[in-house]
Amino acid sequence: MRRVRIKDEALEQRMFFQRLLLAVAVVTLVALALLGRAFWLQVVQHAHYVELSQGNRARIEPLPPNRGVIYDRAGRVIAENTPAYQLELIREQAGDLEDTLARLVRFGLLERADVGRVRQLVLSRRTFEAVPFLLQLDDEEVARYAVHRHELPGVLLETRMARHYPYGAVGAHALGYVGTISEQDLSRVDRERYFGTGVIGKTGIESAYEADLLGTGGYREVLVNAEGRPARLAEGADPQLRTVEPQAGRDLRLTLDIELQRVAEEAFAGRRGGAVAIDPTNGDVLVFASLPTFDSNGFARGISRSDYLALTENPDQPLFNRVLRGTYPPGSTIKPLMALAGLENDAILPDDHVYCPGSYSLPGSRHRFRDFKREGHGSMDMQNAVMQSCDVYFYRLAHTLGIERIHDSMSRMGFGEPTGIDIAGERGGIMPSPAWKKTAFSTREQQVWFPGETVIVGIGQGYWTATLLQLAKATALLGTRGQPYEPRLVRALVDPATGAIEDKKPRPLPRIELKYPGNWEIIVSAMVAVTSGPRGTAQRIGRGATYSIAGKTGTAQVFSVGQTEKYNEKEVAERLRDHALFIAFAPAESPKLAVAVLVENGGFGASAAAPIARAIFDAYLAKAPP
Amino acid sequence: MIYGGLGDSRTRLTVTGMARVLRALRLDGMLLSGLIAVSLFGLFVLWSAAGDNNSLWFSQVARVGIGFVLLVVLAQIPDHFLRMLSPAAYVVGLVLLAVVALVGDIGKGAQRWLDLGVIRFQPSEIMKLAVPMMCAWYLHQRPLPPSLRDVGAVLLIILVPVALIAEQPDLGTALLVAASGIIVLVMGGLSWTSILGGVAIFGAAIPVGWHFMHEYQRQRVLTLLDPQSDALGAGYHIIQSQIAIGSGGVFGKGWMNGSQAQLEFLPERSTDFIFAVIGEELGLLGLMALLAGYLFIVARGMTMALQCRDAFARLLAGSIALTFFVYAGVNAGMVMGLLPVVGVPLPLVSYGGTSFVTLMAGFGILMALHSSRKLVG
Repeated sequence: MRRVRIKDEALEQRMFFQRLLLAVAVVTLVALALLGRAFWLQVVQHAHYVELSQGNRARIEPLPPNRGVIYDRAGRVIAENTPAYQLELIREQAGDLEDTLARLVRFGLLERADVGRVRQLVLSRRTFEAVPFLLQLDDEEVARYAVHRHELPGVLLETRMARHYPYGAVGAHALGYVGTISEQDLSRVDRERYFGTGVIGKTGIESAYEADLLGTGGYREVLVNAEGRPARLAEGADPQLRTVEPQAGRDLRLTLDIELQRVAEEAFAGRRGGAVAIDPTNGDVLVFASLPTFDSNGFARGISRSDYLALTENPDQPLFNRVLRGTYPPGSTIKPLMALAGLENDAILPDDHVYCPGSYSLPGSRHRFRDFKREGHGSMDMQNAVMQSCDVYFYRLAHTLGIERIHDSMSRMGFGEPTGIDIAGERGGIMPSPAWKKTAFSTREQQVWFPGETVIVGIGQGYWTATLLQLAKATALLGTRGQPYEPRLVRALVDPATGAIEDKKPRPLPRIELKYPGNWEIIVSAMVAVTSGPRGTAQRIGRGATYSIAGKTGTAQVFSVGQTEKYNEKEVAERLRDHALFIAFAPAESPKLAVAVLVENGGFGASAAAPIARAIFDAYLAKAPP
Repeated sequence: MIYGGLGDSRTRLTVTGMARVLRALRLDGMLLSGLIAVSLFGLFVLWSAAGDNNSLWFSQVARVGIGFVLLVVLAQIPDHFLRMLSPAAYVVGLVLLAVVALVGDIGKGAQRWLDLGVIRFQPSEIMKLAVPMMCAWYLHQRPLPPSLRDVGAVLLIILVPVALIAEQPDLGTALLVAASGIIVLVMGGLSWTSILGGVAIFGAAIPVGWHFMHEYQRQRVLTLLDPQSDALGAGYHIIQSQIAIGSGGVFGKGWMNGSQAQLEFLPERSTDFIFAVIGEELGLLGLMALLAGYLFIVARGMTMALQCRDAFARLLAGSIALTFFVYAGVNAGMVMGLLPVVGVPLPLVSYGGTSFVTLMAGFGILMALHSSRKLVG
């Protein structure tokens, strides 16, 4: 049987009270534990959690700097930053990416060939990031976008500062261009500096002065929520976010005269070639023309694949920088220098006469080196040999000098090595010598230097190749009678914020001292005779000039440039013609400009190249077109 | 009753109109002020935690209104009637739990909700009150301290609904329901040795319980021990809430200015993790104020329980008051990283209808039990 207990109210109350005391104890303990924990988190560990919280809420948004503006020597803007429209795509808002890309193609906003590139670009970013994929839209594209906007969710039209070249294709090879930063670019620059910057100088001045033009990026701390999207706090909140303003890049003042450049380019009248004009007194490059040219804006805009292919597959090679990287046989343009080398080495005197029968043979050899004038020039002194460009005279002089002395003299004039112009990629050409031949060829029999090779060097042929910059620099050196300068494109850098100007001093090279200083005038007067003498090869361009021109024509055998396969008969014939060359400085007594011009397949230098030099001189010296 | 309202009313010469109204409505002025204060504090915080979602705040205001109305209504019920109702409430609750187990909607991966067409509610909420009522009802009829058999019976009363709720699975509510019943048992005079033994058994049961836990529940426990092990997964809640509280400091970042909360780093910021919003925006002072409010309510509740006239009323009132504190402690402990993450709202503050309304119903019952003592006074 179960024992029957009776309820005892007093006992139950007492017990309840006891248990309640236990509860009070437990509640107190729990409350203390909670309070202690809160104290630990909010007082002891406060600083630690503040830091974590700060990291949570702030993301750094880059503020890209304004790229330095580029001015020509007259202060005309030739590269600037203008607001431009661009299309950006936010993946998470676009829904089906493939569908969106297909629609962009259908609406003519994206080329089919670029779909892969854009897809890769978009997929490499986070889903909520706005990825620019089409830069600098033109009005028509903006209109097309406006019409189809409702069919393109997640595709936004934004404005931002973009590079713009007001002169377009004029001087593009000197100026270069900016383009989208590639992985390759990133591997050789400080990535930090390019945070938020979309473009980088790819070629020319834009590339060479990249570090100055770029500026210093700033940043802004942006409130973000847990998903990394920008967020906003309630009104009156003080988020204490930092903003560091970007510092614009330095502006460049160029030596280039963009209007003179335009004159030079137009003088080519569609022909291929290059022209360089240098101020002999300081090395300033006023004209740097490589033709055909291209529009730098195309690259700044984010060139489409088809446009790029059109440029690279063009047989005229518009992207090839003929001034900087084209190496051509200098031809007869080096005859004044060769004459000077003869005088200085006592190999010949100005009045020594050489008979030109129309060809030259080395002693004991039957091989005939032909003069371009088959019937011969007859008896030639130095002045006449330069004026009429007699080959036989210089064949013989070269043989007398020997290759070593030619090499040494011409090397002093800057051949065989880059001129040191302040943009990258310059080639040095070849100033041949027996020593050079040993390094250039692998087999022993190829390495032998033959006397006949010396002979043709005498008229700027054979292995000798030079760039237009070298020719212009050597021409300027004749003009200053011995004072060479490194050519330069940038005169000064200006900090747009402070106005501080950093002048770049002309960079003189060691002066060339002659044993007989009078020899300068002998050579110069021979060159003046070229444009003014009765039988001067370029006497046509000297006519009507208000200043004296010291010049020399040249003709070079066609070399490697521009050789591709599929041409019709007529074109092949055209491309096998010789290159026409002309070098000159003016005024002859005290030159202000030294010019080197080459017209590819232009034929004889006097008729094709010399008029271009004259046009440049006229525009610069006489300020009047011919 | 030996002491109570009658003596007071005789000696007090001036009875304010407000006190008269409260007395007429059988409400306890002190407890009611505490509840109103904490509720207003909760709405104040929720306005910030809800962010742009104004409708969320207004719906909570509506629930607060409903809750207080329910409190007043339930306070009118005589205690013997409540006692009578207890077994029925318990049985109905059990049946509903069984129904949920069979046909309930799936909400957040767990079967908790019952859709009656007009209202959707969680039967487990009923059990938060029905279980302590049933336990108190059972013990009320028996001499206390309870015999071993009575203890077993009460444990059975507790265990059946708790098992059903845990199976949904809703471990948080199951533990709270179990706590409300066990509190009744302890208050009823469970011997000290049994209490200690129970604690020991509970400790020993942890490994066994581990065995029966769902994977996500185990994960929560593991995460508590080392939040950084899964910083963006299961540990995310704990890490972010601690950053929020810790970065708040003593004075807080200011109302509406908690970056963790406003920028959505803090998950469940208007519901289970609203405690962290308080800690971040109002600082240690805000947390202390809230804790003080809770302690005041619990203290008043316990005092009222002590004044009740019979075992049923005492046990149930004590359980309601103490369970309320368990809610607060479990939520705060969870948000501050002292306890595993279990889905327990912060009482009177968290957004969420049933929780607030159930709490108010409980306090209504508490007031009813307390008022009933005067009838025989």
